[in-house]
Amino acid sequence: MTNSAFLSLDNVTKRYQNQDVLREFDLTINDGEFFTILGPSGCGKTTILRLIAGFEKPDEGQVVLDGQDIAHLSAEHRPTNTVFQSYALFPHMTVFDNVAFGLKMSGVKKSEIKQRVEDALAVVQLHGFEQRLPHQLSGGQKQRVAIARAIVNRPKVLLLDESLSALDHKLRQKMQNELKRIQRQLNITFIYVTHDQEEALTMSDRVLVINNGQPQQVGTPREIYESPVNLFVARFIGESNVFKARITERLEDFQYMAEIHGIEWKIFADHKFDIDDMVHVILRPEDLRVMYIEDAPQESGFLGQVIERNYTGKTLDSVIKLDNGHTLVASEFFNEDDPDFDYKINQKVWVNWVHGWEHVIKADELKK
Amino acid sequence: MKIFKPLFILSVFVYLYLPMLVLITNSFNQSKYGHKWAGFSWKWYEKLWNNTGLMDAFVNSLTIAVLTAFIATLLGTLMALAIHRYKFRLKSTTSSMLFILMMSPDIVLAITFLIIFIALGIQLGFWSLLIAHITFCLPFVVITVYAQLKGFDNNILEAAQDLGASEGKIFRVIILPMILPAVLSGWLLSFTLSLDDVIISSFVTGPGFEILPIRVFSMVKVGVSPEVNALATILLVISLSAIAVISLLIKRKQ
Repeated sequence: MTNSAFLSLDNVTKRYQNQDVLREFDLTINDGEFFTILGPSGCGKTTILRLIAGFEKPDEGQVVLDGQDIAHLSAEHRPTNTVFQSYALFPHMTVFDNVAFGLKMSGVKKSEIKQRVEDALAVVQLHGFEQRLPHQLSGGQKQRVAIARAIVNRPKVLLLDESLSALDHKLRQKMQNELKRIQRQLNITFIYVTHDQEEALTMSDRVLVINNGQPQQVGTPREIYESPVNLFVARFIGESNVFKARITERLEDFQYMAEIHGIEWKIFADHKFDIDDMVHVILRPEDLRVMYIEDAPQESGFLGQVIERNYTGKTLDSVIKLDNGHTLVASEFFNEDDPDFDYKINQKVWVNWVHGWEHVIKADELKK
Repeated sequence: MKIFKPLFILSVFVYLYLPMLVLITNSFNQSKYGHKWAGFSWKWYEKLWNNTGLMDAFVNSLTIAVLTAFIATLLGTLMALAIHRYKFRLKSTTSSMLFILMMSPDIVLAITFLIIFIALGIQLGFWSLLIAHITFCLPFVVITVYAQLKGFDNNILEAAQDLGASEGKIFRVIILPMILPAVLSGWLLSFTLSLDDVIISSFVTGPGFEILPIRVFSMVKVGVSPEVNALATILLVISLSAIAVISLLIKRKQ
């Protein structure tokens, strides 16, 4: 992966019926990276993809691909290809003809078409399916044909619109790994659009989190998960327990005392805060520690009671209602020494967390 | 109880097809009267062939039906495509008007056509008949083709565009092959509707241009001639062949 801007949206505005879907939107994608646009439905992520593919034209701004402004080029003239969520295979054509379609349209020689179609089908591991019709294929196979049909044209950018969401869970995980392998193998820039945060974290080199047409955060999956810049990102990516806190004392650089629900905690932060600043302390379910009352004689954290417990196989997820009214979600891995570990509903527990694992953001950082 | 099911099915088939079977048999019956079998004969077919009035009406009917089917299918397909693919003013009005046309009783349409043709000074005959037939067949074609178009994933067209196909190419290699079964059914439907229409035809055709249903209708007023049986048998064969050819074409496409 080279770190040069390869595709960029500069100051792009797109309106539908006088409503701004995107306003002065900027985005930079590097050559050869697996880039994911992640957001809830209706956030504008598909619009971004369609602007890059050429199905939509921006009302203002530029779309620059490899140094060339393509904003007003129509889809059939762009060096991009799309894999649609619904596969969109041509139902009356065989797998071979589906995959060969783009090559035929650009006038590639017959002998070369045959070779390239075979190669593309080999990449998606569908050798020997050339003469099948789409309705004779399973969902996963259709998905592979759709991918082969796009990559056979050697596009500069491959666009994937929620491409795996129609598959069942097992198959989806398999295809996620396949996509990563194909992307490495072909070294093409992939832009993937999804509302599934797990998918985004699993596959991407970088992720853009977007909401209401506004970019929230761009970063590696790890940055997005561990250091969300605002509450929206924190809540959208994985589960989060969020406490409102007030800085009461500065211990040293990036170490403070903060008051949460009447208890003073020592917190670590990577920002500078002043006394009396309001902050959000974000804790992932796996950061929390839950203790039986009898195991912790003196006061150690918040007091609460277990109101729900869910066995997930790998973890025990419990919902805990604190005496101060706050509801938390804790996720604990099973311990080899204590395989039967479990809670009873309404059991009283102490809740605290591993110090230093909290993530602190300013309270007014939630972008609208 | 096991015998009940096949028996039931058999009785349904007898109910549906016995009249036709009687008709076909009688067309080969030596006897003039249908209730007695007097031996096999081609005589009614010969008589039919020599009955120039009836044969002329037959040819006229086929001409009108084929022309109607082609023109209505062409116009109807284009109309369905327009309604499906493009946004234009009065789009919903256009499609609901087609429905009105389809739902109107034949007699109302017949009178409407007659008034219009007289008002415009169009002579009743071949052209008035053709125009009327195209008009009442059109909505059936539009609805058949439109239903097929609506069943498509719109992304298919975008996928074709994405892969470098121009608008014309998309139409020829994607849309047309995909709607072909519906277009063929539309053709067949128009052909059949036109061939057996009596009510509208009897209002809008003139003495100079007689078509089969009307001719037969006036013949049977004075008793069913076995020639009519022969003619009906031929018509049945034509219709069945048309259906067979079209379903074969559709099957091959899929």
